[in-house]
Amino acid sequence: MSNASVLYDVPGPKAKARNRVYTVVGALAVLALIAFVVLRLSAKGQLEPEVWNIFNNAGVRTNIRDGVLTTLQVFAVAAVLSLVLGVLLAVARLSDHKPVRWLATGFIELFRAVPLLITIYALWVILLSNRESLGLADSQPQFWALVIGLTVYNGSVQAEVLRAGINSVPKGQREAAYALGMRKTQVMTTVLIPQAVRAMLPTIISQLVVTLKDTSLGYIITFEELLFTARQMSTNIIVNGNDTYVPVIIVTGAIYVAMCLALSALANWIEARGRRAKTGIGVTAAGEPVAATDALDTADAAPGGPLAAKD
Amino acid sequence: MNVLLDYLPEFRDGFLGTLAITVSSALLALVLGVLIAGFRVSPIPPLRAFGTAWVTVLRNTPLTLLFLVAFFVVPQILFQGASPFVLATLALGFYTSSFVCEAVRSGINTVPMGQAEAARSLGMTFSQTLRMIVLPQATRTVLPPLSSIFIALTKNSAIAGAFSFGELFNVSKLLNDKGYAIAWIFLWIALAYLVITFAISGLFRLLERRMGVAR
Repeated sequence: MSNASVLYDVPGPKAKARNRVYTVVGALAVLALIAFVVLRLSAKGQLEPEVWNIFNNAGVRTNIRDGVLTTLQVFAVAAVLSLVLGVLLAVARLSDHKPVRWLATGFIELFRAVPLLITIYALWVILLSNRESLGLADSQPQFWALVIGLTVYNGSVQAEVLRAGINSVPKGQREAAYALGMRKTQVMTTVLIPQAVRAMLPTIISQLVVTLKDTSLGYIITFEELLFTARQMSTNIIVNGNDTYVPVIIVTGAIYVAMCLALSALANWIEARGRRAKTGIGVTAAGEPVAATDALDTADAAPGGPLAAKD
Repeated sequence: MNVLLDYLPEFRDGFLGTLAITVSSALLALVLGVLIAGFRVSPIPPLRAFGTAWVTVLRNTPLTLLFLVAFFVVPQILFQGASPFVLATLALGFYTSSFVCEAVRSGINTVPMGQAEAARSLGMTFSQTLRMIVLPQATRTVLPPLSSIFIALTKNSAIAGAFSFGELFNVSKLLNDKGYAIAWIFLWIALAYLVITFAISGLFRLLERRMGVAR
């Protein structure tokens, strides 16, 4: 169903003519907006060739590359750890033992409710002040604060995603497994989790996009990832008496957008592939990477996507 | 424990700061988001392209980067001397508007085709169809995702504090510098955020019940 057709009929000759007028007006409006921004930038001397020449400097390129690598490094460690934590928490939340269930629920609710930045900041303070006793004297406390913060937050969200996936596996699967004489652990690890992961893969990857974006919070605790590097470069490199925020931010932003789009493309590809394969359990629509956060409703998202379920 | 009682005024100001930035950027995001969603479903190609670009870029950019733009580029290029409140509202509102836009757009998509067709066959005009048939039904579908978006917005507002806007995160930094135990500060701040997010989800549950209709 295309969007357009809900709102209006296939246009007739009159509407077509009107739409053509709107198209021209709309194009002019968008162009005017772009022109305004470009004019402002050039009035401030931000479009001079010298300003953009900084990227020909080997040092600048090395800095950006190092920033990207650090960001990817944090992302990789945090992604793996958060997925492991997510599985553990999801299983704990579905446990038959009440205390385990409560503990997992409390953990998930607490860390999902607190802004990630505050978690990371608190971890940073704790790690800094206990650096010696934790044996972190020569490693970067920022790195671990960032990784652990990302892990507990995204792990909690992933746990809810996985739990929804496990709950979406048809009951017969579990019953059949028990009937075959499998034990609880076996049922979980060999029957339920693989199917849950498969069904939820697009949502899991969308949440990884959020993890990737949130690595930029490292900027605030002075961890030298891409954004922090960008900030430092733009303050330090002065061209024609101006700092170089505009070019550096445009380039850095493009890098972030490219990385996130690549990851989202993977999620969409998996979703499309899952839709083609006509096996038992549906694959969720690639969930929207919900803001630096929340996915509070992801938990309720049955396979088929949150919106399909409501239709 | 004592930190809350000793610094009650700071906590209160921080809480109000978080509340203010949340409300103002939520309003901005709502207005912009609905507008851009309108662009994205319109029959005018340049506006559609603009809407798509807006959503793609803003959704895939880290919010911290947008704050950086708002606080260091905007004052230099566009308007000098804007207050931190305005700048933080701009960054948060623009970022969240892309999520609002997608929620509204998919909400419009969930209204069955037959509804609009029936309305048209009754002779309703475009604006009548939109106002009386499509939007009321879309609103109901959009409410739950909007509620999560605004809860996310509340939590994201913490980043404003890092850019020296007075809100809860800023308070926690301040008090930590004064040597109070981070664990207690963390707990009180977490509680403050819980109050706001519970209020939002309560409000939306109320709205959903008010607008709920068996389908």
